[in-house]
Amino acid sequence: MTEKYNMPDERGHFGPYGGIFVAETLIPPIQELNAAYQKYLKDPEFIAELDADLKYYVGRPSPLYHAERWSRELGGAQIYLKREDLNHTGSHKINNTVGQALLAKRMGKTRIIAETGAGQHGVATATVAARLGLECVVYMGAVDVARQSLNVYRMKLLGAKVVAVESGSKTLKDALNEALRDWVTNVDNTFYIIGTVAGPHPYPAMVRDFQAIIGREAKQQCLEATGRLPDALVACVGGGSNAIGLFYPFIEDESVKMYGVEAAGDGVATGRHSAPLCAGRPGVLHGNRTYLMADDDGEIIETHSISAGLDYPGVGPEHAWLKDTGRATYVNITDTEALEGFYALTHMEGIIPALESSHAMAYALKLAPTMGKDETLIINLSGRGDKDMQTMAKREGIEL
Amino acid sequence: MSRLAAKFEELAQSGRKALIPFITAGDPSPGFTVPMMHAMVKAGVDVIELGVPFSDPMADGPVIQRASERALAHKMSLRRTLEIAAEFRKTDQTTPVVLMGYLNPIEAMTYEGFANAAQRADIDGVLTVDLPPEEGQECSALLKARGIDPIFLLAPNSSVDRVKKMDAVGSGYLYYVSLKGVTGAGHLDVADVENKLQQIRANTQLPVAIGFGVKDAETANTIAHLGDGVVIGSALISKIETNLDNPEQAKNEIVELLTSIRQALDCGLGTEGVQE
Repeated sequence: MTEKYNMPDERGHFGPYGGIFVAETLIPPIQELNAAYQKYLKDPEFIAELDADLKYYVGRPSPLYHAERWSRELGGAQIYLKREDLNHTGSHKINNTVGQALLAKRMGKTRIIAETGAGQHGVATATVAARLGLECVVYMGAVDVARQSLNVYRMKLLGAKVVAVESGSKTLKDALNEALRDWVTNVDNTFYIIGTVAGPHPYPAMVRDFQAIIGREAKQQCLEATGRLPDALVACVGGGSNAIGLFYPFIEDESVKMYGVEAAGDGVATGRHSAPLCAGRPGVLHGNRTYLMADDDGEIIETHSISAGLDYPGVGPEHAWLKDTGRATYVNITDTEALEGFYALTHMEGIIPALESSHAMAYALKLAPTMGKDETLIINLSGRGDKDMQTMAKREGIEL
Repeated sequence: MSRLAAKFEELAQSGRKALIPFITAGDPSPGFTVPMMHAMVKAGVDVIELGVPFSDPMADGPVIQRASERALAHKMSLRRTLEIAAEFRKTDQTTPVVLMGYLNPIEAMTYEGFANAAQRADIDGVLTVDLPPEEGQECSALLKARGIDPIFLLAPNSSVDRVKKMDAVGSGYLYYVSLKGVTGAGHLDVADVENKLQQIRANTQLPVAIGFGVKDAETANTIAHLGDGVVIGSALISKIETNLDNPEQAKNEIVELLTSIRQALDCGLGTEGVQE
């Protein structure tokens, strides 16, 4: 890895990954978006407005919390949690939707569309659309609509139209397909807010840049709390937006180890999982080249995870690049292990994590004991578990 | 000269428009496709676009999505689509066959592996929906080296620069997507298409086929005369979908529709309507 990290190139490539792989009708709106993004990225007024929204509307900076009891219990590293669960709407997703919505407003778009898996990105999108008075349509796989009904209601309450997608596997990837179809049809007035660091360029870079506030804050907060950089970072990876948000500002700090945690579902060996970096192969889907879960014929395989937000066959192209270069390490956690992480944080620290974030907690259960007591481990607590109460209660046989 | 170039030249000389049907390989079952292709040739089509089923057809409307799902349920794939094309070619050496699909199945075969396999199957053109020219240089070069035309899309919102780019990288023909939207969508605005085609014509010598939103003989005839040919897909596949319990009936209805379009296209230009 070179000392200076300067990815992607001007056409959106992270080494062999990323790029723009879309039908011709989407080329003009993508060019328009990229031009606007490059312009406002450097515009002091835009940045000032974004910073103010992040502070007063989202509630940033989010705390870096020292989980002392849990650290003692595990007997290794000092564990710090980056509390993205305390953001308005309950996850890191709002960092990005606030940014993209400001961009949509400046581009004169009157209609917002989004895809969502667990519903956190859908809620964060419906929230900013309500605030700016924009029409909002959220595409969500029919399977996810059923397992995240609380978030569906939140989106509707916020004025969004939620479309249950019945095609394919009826999960996040199919919601993305449907959102792309909507965008192709309504390119003139519509802004597509993609929720993760995937899609055609400039989305992976743009979403990363909006989420990098997580890592920038964490770095400063860690220096203030411990006087030095952390030794390791851990974050769950579906598409990978919360992970890249935490990792990106640390990429050039080579002493900081990075662990991305994919969802192993029933176990990687069973084939029923959502871990393309650990067990997939490079290919092209949803506008970029990256690691995918596909069969020998290149058809996309259905994925499995207890958490709807990680149930996706691809992953952001920058993670593919960080994997190949060895800068980040990608591991996986099964559904069962994730539940251990869920209960551990709930019982040890009185914080109920989202099932997505629980994968990162579960990996910390393995990693922290292997580290020294004078070492620091930052885990991204990307979302709160409120949305998963029905799922958890059902697992425990409790009727709410 | 490639089969496609020869076909469009022959059509231009006789003042006729190309009729280009699109069906998904293996829909509703693998055995349906080759006889259907021969029947379409008999009905007077000029080029056949053979859809390669893909699990995530992002640019397609519900009709072609379901066709993909039906084909995939029979374990259809890019490899098996090539086998179908090769089977068709055994008894038809003249009708150009164009594969239309998405990039990931090609990535899985590797570009070179695919180009070699396409050459063995005697494929004439390849249209990869999610492979714009900027990312497609390597694949296009491999295809061209084997005498296969890489075919590119143009859209209503494509700039003049874009048209020039497609003219430079594409061959065989250009496929004009006549409306912003997915395959099978409605509301085609003839005046819009006409205006856009003037701009495209001014910047390319390649033949232009027009598709998306073509439903029947009337729209086909109107649209075809704005370019060099017309592509009809969803309307054909709807016939398959409404006759899933009776594929023979589907085949007959498709032949009937294509025959009526052929007649409309040829009468539309009066005197030169030559019989095949």
